[in-house]
Amino acid sequence: MFDFLLTFIPRAIVQGIPLLYGSTGETLTEKSGNLNLGIPGIMYVGAISGVIGSFFYESSLPSPEAFSGFLAVLITLCATLLGSLLMGLLYCFLTVTLRANQNVTGLAMTTFGVGFGNFFGGSLIKLSGNNMPYLALTNTSMAFRAPMPGANTTGWFGSLFLSYGFLAYLAVILSLIAAFVLKKTRIGLHLRAVGENPATADAAGINVARYKYAATCIGSMIAGLGGLYYVMDYASGIWSNNAFGDRGWLAIALVIFTIWRPNLGILSSFLFGGLYILHMYIPTGMDLTVKELYKMAPYVVTIIVLIISSIRNRRENQPPASLGLSYFREER
Amino acid sequence: MNTSVAVEMRNISKRFGTVQANQDVSLDIRRGEILALLGENGSGKTTLMNMLAGIYFPDSGTISVNGEPAVIASPKEAFELGIGMIHQHFKLVDVLSAAENIVLGLEGKLDLKSAVKKIREICDAYGFDVNPSQKIYDMSVSQKQTVEIVKVLYRGADILILDEPTAVLTPQETDKLFAVLRNMRDDGKAIVIITHKLNEVQTLSDKVAVLRGGRYIGTLITKDTNAQEMTDMMVGRAVSLNIDRPDPVDPQLRLEIRDLTVRNEEGLLKLDHVSFDANSGEILGIAGISGAGQKELLEAIYGLQGTEEGTVIFHDPETNKAIDLKYKTPMQIRQLGVSLSFVPEDRLGMGLVGSMDITDNMMLRSYRSGPHGFLNRKAPKSMARWIIRELEISTPGTTTPVRRLSGGNVQKVLVGREIAQTPKVLMMAYPVRGLDINSSYTIYQLMNLQKEKGVAVIFVGEDLDVLMELCDRILVLCAGKVSGMVDGRKADKQKIGMMMTRVGGEQDGE
Repeated sequence: MFDFLLTFIPRAIVQGIPLLYGSTGETLTEKSGNLNLGIPGIMYVGAISGVIGSFFYESSLPSPEAFSGFLAVLITLCATLLGSLLMGLLYCFLTVTLRANQNVTGLAMTTFGVGFGNFFGGSLIKLSGNNMPYLALTNTSMAFRAPMPGANTTGWFGSLFLSYGFLAYLAVILSLIAAFVLKKTRIGLHLRAVGENPATADAAGINVARYKYAATCIGSMIAGLGGLYYVMDYASGIWSNNAFGDRGWLAIALVIFTIWRPNLGILSSFLFGGLYILHMYIPTGMDLTVKELYKMAPYVVTIIVLIISSIRNRRENQPPASLGLSYFREER
Repeated sequence: MNTSVAVEMRNISKRFGTVQANQDVSLDIRRGEILALLGENGSGKTTLMNMLAGIYFPDSGTISVNGEPAVIASPKEAFELGIGMIHQHFKLVDVLSAAENIVLGLEGKLDLKSAVKKIREICDAYGFDVNPSQKIYDMSVSQKQTVEIVKVLYRGADILILDEPTAVLTPQETDKLFAVLRNMRDDGKAIVIITHKLNEVQTLSDKVAVLRGGRYIGTLITKDTNAQEMTDMMVGRAVSLNIDRPDPVDPQLRLEIRDLTVRNEEGLLKLDHVSFDANSGEILGIAGISGAGQKELLEAIYGLQGTEEGTVIFHDPETNKAIDLKYKTPMQIRQLGVSLSFVPEDRLGMGLVGSMDITDNMMLRSYRSGPHGFLNRKAPKSMARWIIRELEISTPGTTTPVRRLSGGNVQKVLVGREIAQTPKVLMMAYPVRGLDINSSYTIYQLMNLQKEKGVAVIFVGEDLDVLMELCDRILVLCAGKVSGMVDGRKADKQKIGMMMTRVGGEQDGE
C-alpha cells in the first residue's frame, strides 16, 4: 500500500500542478470580476509560446554542446509569460475597455488559443523535419525537470517532496502568495472590492480598470505557466497537438471547487490530479466504458461542491458578486 | 459662527448624451452650515454633487475648494480635498466588514487593528453606533448609512454631501441622523443634504438652494421661507401641496385577510398571522420599516408568494360570492374572474420589461388574447396611446423602450397598464419612490380616482406624511406582525413611528 501511494501521489501531484497554475490564475482574475473563460486557450498559448521559444533557442545553437540549461529555461519562461500576457491584455482590452460580453470573449479566446497552438505546433513539427506527429524538446525539458537536490538520496521523502521540477514548487509558492495578497494586504482588499462591487470601489478612489487589467494579466501569465509546466515537465518536452486536453476547463472547475481560495487550491489540485488519473489505477478489466465513467470523477466532485456551497449559502463562499459583468462608471 | 466658504462652484455644466443634466450652475457651500439642495427628480442635484465627489467630471465651469481652484477628476482627489459624499445607493461591499469598507481605497499598509481604534474614536465623538467587525450584509439600512458616514469622516472629510439620506429611515432614525448632522455642523463642517422633502429642509437646513431642470434657481434662508415658496421655485409654477382625501362612498368589504402567514425562501417568518380587511372605495395605507413584510403581503395576495396558513377571501361585488384566493397563481386568480392589479416596488424588474417598448409592455397583460397563436397587437397599441395621452407620459412614441423613459414616466406606464385592467383591488408598493413632486401628485390623484370608482386601493408607502394625508386607514406592520390599524384622519406621526418599531407601539420602561 505504501509503495502504491509512493507512486500514486507524485503522479497525482504532477497531474495537479497545471491545474493549480490555471486555478490560481483564474481565481485572481475572477476576484477582479472578470470571468475569463479563455483560460484553457491561454494555457494552450502559454504552452506553445514556451515551445516556440525553446525550439528557436535549441535550433539556433551551433552544436548541442553549446546548450545552456539556464538560458533555455529563461528564454522559454519569457516566451510563455509574453504569450499569455498578450492573451490577457487582449481579453482585458475587449471586456474592460470595450466592455464586450465576458463569456463570449472568453469562449472565443479559448477557441482562438487552441487553434493558435495547433497551427504553430503543426508548423514547428514541419520545420523540425521530423516525420513523427510531435516535436521533442528534450534538452530544455531536462532543465525544467531537474529535481531538487537530495531527491534520490532521501528515500521516500525525496520521491514524495523533492522529485519535481522547480515549476511545481513555484506553483505552490504562487498560490500561497496569491492567498496572502488577497487576504492580508490592501491590494487584495481593493481587488476583492472591485470584483464584488466596482461602483463602490470606484467611489472609494480605486482605479477599477487598472485592477481588472492587472489581476487578469497576472492571472493569465500564471495560467500560461500551467501550460508550460504541462509540456516541459509533465510531457517531458514533447509537444503534440491537442495533447493538453481539457485541463483548462478542469482548472476553472477547480476555482469553484476551492470556493475562490487559492490556498485551498494546492491540496485540491492534487486531489483533482489524483481523480484525473484514478481510472488508470482502478482495475476495470477490459471494460473501457467503466474507465470513461471514472474520468468524470473531478467534474462530479465539482458539481457536488457547487451544490453544497449553494445550499449552505454563506455569503463568503459565493462567487464575487459582479463576476461576469462589465463596469461603466457613467452608466445611468 | 465662522461660515467661511468651503466650496465655490461657478458656471458648471454637464451633459449626458442628449440630456443636459446641469447648465451654468453656480453654488456656494459654507462651513458651519447645513445647505439643503432641493429639486425635483432629474433636476440635476445628484449630478451636480457627483461632480464635487469626483464621480463625474464637469464639461465646463470651475470649482474652487477653500479658495483654491480645484480639479476633481476622481473620488480620491475629492477625499484629498476633504469632500465626502454619502450616496443614495450605499457604496458598500456586502461581504466585507464595516472596518474593511471604511478603509477601502486608502493607501499604506493594511492595519485593521488601528483602523478599528480610530473608528471607535469617531463613533464616540459624534454618537454613532457601529460594530467595526460586523459584515455589511448583516446590517440594517440605517446601520449601513452610519458606516457610510463614518467612512467619510474617517477620511477626514469636512465637507459632507448626503444624497437623500432619509429615504430609507424611520422617523426615529431620521431624528437621530439629524441630531448627528447638527453636531457636525456645530463642529464647523460644511454639510449638503440633497432632498426633495420639504419638511426635512425646514427642520434641518440653514439655507436651501433650489435647482430646476439642471439650472440653479436661487438660494433662500430656510427660516425666512415657507413650503409654498420653495415648491413654486422647484416646480417653476404654483402647485397645490394639498393631497385630496374624498370621503369613502359606500365602502363594502372587498378583501378579507385572516391569519396570513408567510415564510420566505430561507425559512424566515415574514408575515405572522396578519389579519385585516380592505374595503371598496377606500385607500388602505400600509406603513412599516422596509422589510417588515409589505412586499410579502402584497405578493401573497396577488398569488406570487406561497403562504403557510391563513386565508385571502375576495368578495365579488357583482355576484356577492366569496372567492378564496389562497394557493392560487396569478393566472388562476384571473381565470376566476377576480380582477387584481399589482404595481410592484421593482418597476423594471417585476412590473415592466425595460428593453421592450410601451406597446409590448401592455401586451404582458394581454398576450393570451390573440387569435389562435397569433398576437393581437392592435388593442395593446391603442391602450398604449390612451395611457400616454391620459397620463401625459412624455415619450417620443409607443415604440420607445421603457428603460429610456424617466422614472416618473416608467411608473406612469406601469400604473396606467394596471388601472386599464379596471381592477377591483389595486395594490401599489412604493408607487412614488424616486418620483418628483409633480409625478407623485399625479399618482396620488390616480389613486383617488380609483378610490372614487369603488376600487379597494392598497398603498404601501414610506413617507408617513403622505400616508396620513391620503389614506383612509393605515395598517402598521412591524416585523411581519400587525402592529395596529390607525384612522388616517386622526393619525399621529410619532405614534405610528413607535408602532413601526414595536408591536402595538407601547413604550415599556424607557
